[in-house]
Amino acid sequence: MIGAVCKAAGSLQYKTGTWRDNRPEVTDKCNGCGICETFCPDSCITIENKKCIIDYDYCKGCGICANECVRKAIVMREERK
Amino acid sequence: MVLAERENLLAAGHRACPGCGAAIALRQILRALGRDTIVVSATGCVETFTSPYGMSAWEVPWIHSLFENSASVASGVHAALEFLREKSSVVVISGDGGTFDIGMGAMSGMFERKQNITYICYDNEAYMNTGVQGSSATPYGSSTTTTPAGKASFGKIQPKKDMPAIALAHDVDYVATASIAYPQDLMKKVAKTKEIYGPKYIQVHTPCTIGWGFDSSKTVEVGKLAVETGLVPIYEVEKGKPMVVKKVKNKKPVEEYLRFQTRFRHLLKEEQKDIANQIQAICDKNIERFGI
Ligand SMILES: Cc1ncc(C[n+]2csc(CCOP(=O)(O)OP(=O)(O)O)c2C)c(N)n1
Ligand code: SF4
Ligand code: SF4
Ligand SMILES: [Mg+2]
Repeated sequence: MIGAVCKAAGSLQYKTGTWRDNRPEVTDKCNGCGICETFCPDSCITIENKKCIIDYDYCKGCGICANECVRKAIVMREERK
Repeated sequence: MVLAERENLLAAGHRACPGCGAAIALRQILRALGRDTIVVSATGCVETFTSPYGMSAWEVPWIHSLFENSASVASGVHAALEFLREKSSVVVISGDGGTFDIGMGAMSGMFERKQNITYICYDNEAYMNTGVQGSSATPYGSSTTTTPAGKASFGKIQPKKDMPAIALAHDVDYVATASIAYPQDLMKKVAKTKEIYGPKYIQVHTPCTIGWGFDSSKTVEVGKLAVETGLVPIYEVEKGKPMVVKKVKNKKPVEEYLRFQTRFRHLLKEEQKDIANQIQAICDKNIERFGI
């Protein structure tokens, strides 16, 4: 028996942002170098106009971006729901 | 080889644990491979977290095999492409359990057939998807649910299997090790496989927050320490060329790596000092053998 799914990126239906305890916030120290984008496991960082933009619909709040940023431009804050 | 600028082929919404090293590996691997790729994955965390029914995170064609036969399925995909005279990179992405243990025979056959397939093992050093059982990739002294550290045991008693050496023994065209902590190196190696016709093997070290026991923000840091201590050598062997090894200028004592993770923390106790020293000896031997 074979099961097949033709739709790519159907995972977008599932918003993993609800898992988050801590929220990464980008400060103006960010120069858009893109280190955080390379390391984000959850494909939720894009670089636009020399700044990193975080998609909070999917960010799980792991903190890797803040930990790896060489300029310390991302700070983690407790999420208040 | 120019890599597509920040192309992302693993969609958000996949269900890996926060801070998963294997998810980082997938993003980097797919960026280097590009869209014209067919991926086969054995059962394991990657397969599970990317493929709830109807909610696939893959943006390239992807097929799930059994736990033991991803290399054989890839051989079939390769044969079909040849028959249709179509070209696409055929790539296996399977875990260490699916590679070092249960899938090793199928992989050996694939190497022997000399087909144009890249086999990538993401190595999180245990069977994570089923709850952290030890595999033959689990390092010496590591505590897992099947090699638990306690009064009667210091953790795993066997050393890690040298899988890249086994791949090399098949006289394959390209063998490399890489780590998610060094993405440029990893992506360069994966991109290189597209230029080499024949079987290729890449082993990517992918820290696992759950199985190794460290904070989700430290995945890359742990990955770097593994390399900086010499415990995980990073190198490549292209057929007919000398081995290229990643050198480490300021080597760190392995204790810094062990301290970071609950799977090794029992080794910091005075009575386990011998085992910690033996792990340091493994690092020293790697440093000498590979010229790290
Ligand atoms: C023949 C068979 N035996 C056992 C299993 C159960 N099983 C599913 S995933 C898995 C562990 C996979 O380990 P690994 O390949 O290292 O991938 P990881 O989960 O660590 O990413 C096991 C034992 C299975 N699916 N099929
Ligand atoms: S906290 Fe983790 S998931 Fe969120 S943007 Fe940073 S790296 Fe990505
Ligand atoms: S258990 Fe480990 S490898 Fe599996 S999804 Fe979680 S962090 Fe990733
Ligand atoms: Mg594993």
